[in-house]
Amino acid sequence: MAATKSDKYRSPYSPALGLRLLLLAGLSVSLLVIDHRDNHLDTARKAIGATVYPLRILVDMPVSAWRWINATTASRNELQLENSRLNAERLLTQARLQRYSALEAENARLRAMLDARERVRDQVRVAEILSVSANPFRHVLVVDKGTNDGVYEGQAIVDAVGVVGQVIQAGVLSSQCLLISDPGHDLPVEVNRNGLRTIARGTGEFDRLDLPFLPNNADIRPGDLLVTSGLGGAFPAGYPVAVVNVVTRVPQEPFATVTAKPSASLNQVREVMLIWSSEDVSDVEADLNDGVPASDPETVEDGDLAAEPAAEPEDTDDE
Amino acid sequence: MSRGRVARHLPIVISIIVALMLAISPLPAWGDPFRPDWVVLTLIYWAITFPKNYSVGSAWIVGIVLDVAQGTLLGQNALALSLVIYIAAKFHLQFRQFPVLQLSATVFALLALYQFILFWINGVVGVNSPVIHYWGPVVTGTLLWPLVSVILIGMRQRAMR
Repeated sequence: MAATKSDKYRSPYSPALGLRLLLLAGLSVSLLVIDHRDNHLDTARKAIGATVYPLRILVDMPVSAWRWINATTASRNELQLENSRLNAERLLTQARLQRYSALEAENARLRAMLDARERVRDQVRVAEILSVSANPFRHVLVVDKGTNDGVYEGQAIVDAVGVVGQVIQAGVLSSQCLLISDPGHDLPVEVNRNGLRTIARGTGEFDRLDLPFLPNNADIRPGDLLVTSGLGGAFPAGYPVAVVNVVTRVPQEPFATVTAKPSASLNQVREVMLIWSSEDVSDVEADLNDGVPASDPETVEDGDLAAEPAAEPEDTDDE
Repeated sequence: MSRGRVARHLPIVISIIVALMLAISPLPAWGDPFRPDWVVLTLIYWAITFPKNYSVGSAWIVGIVLDVAQGTLLGQNALALSLVIYIAAKFHLQFRQFPVLQLSATVFALLALYQFILFWINGVVGVNSPVIHYWGPVVTGTLLWPLVSVILIGMRQRAMR
């Protein structure tokens, strides 16, 4: 143990060690209580968070260096292949987009007829993920946009295929986001097929959400697409969240056991999109959703239940 | 004089910063439950070696930084770390005499205590996660302890030169 080297530290622990522990433990406990009760410590968090920011950049450096090397040393052949693939993809998406814009125009017209305010297009901005979920007990990721870019707390975050989470703490240069799979995250959703509203709760596993509040006779089945209902106020309505994969009904139990798989691959995303939406959108949605009768699932049933987000506009079209 | 002090403390500070970086670096999903508590291991080593300079106070500060970096409740890691480091500093004379195997067992107990405090606070607050997330770091941390101590012995010789 080479104890000879540390002769000058041979004197035992400083006498006030126990006292210091007592003081610091008391301080920690009071911090815990204050932090748990309300958000008075946000400024302190932000200040300390600014000192952690260089560490995050440092940690991210090997990954970004690797990507840079990959990008600069890609061979001409690979680039050509990628180019042709992207061109094909672009054509496909453009074709899809044309249909989408037609649908959007029709939707706007119908809304105008319903005397609702025209839905404002959500503003979207891409953010890069700096780090993911350092703590296994909380599914949190850090993105490289902060209050400087207009990020606010409670802002919704999506990726290309579904909802990812929401901002819980907006720093100046970076912000922390809670994933929908966090055990403490509840998300108001509705079944796309029939408008059945419920809550999707995180489980601590990236590929599973629970729907704990559905009675045994609820009209839900595997393959149903869940979309945000916009009723909680935080998330804009109509974004795909998850696909129901297991429905277990035990007759003695009051509630069915329903789990769903998130559409977004929560542990594989590299870029996410921040959404700025006007608050009154959700109000309009709420009014409209109340108007939709949940009693005609039969008419939609034989339509396609393809559990992909692209099918969403078609469903509304059918109705 | 003060330059000598800086040179003495620099390797220790760097080792703590590296431990913090390892604690927030991304891992694949299957590896996440088995991420060793690098910060705890490093601080235990320095508390046993230099209990006068690195004990409860520095553990608490590092714990607060860890809380902010991981997005846990402010004070959770700080409380757990300062308690564990208190034990390490209090009994550092005994711990220094332990053979490797016995010291590893002690480190196992300290890591288990650390995870238990986190578990306890999570329970009070109402956050629950799979049990593997509490036992994984304890096991991997204990297995990596000999490696960590060998690396830090090298750094200590540099620090004390």
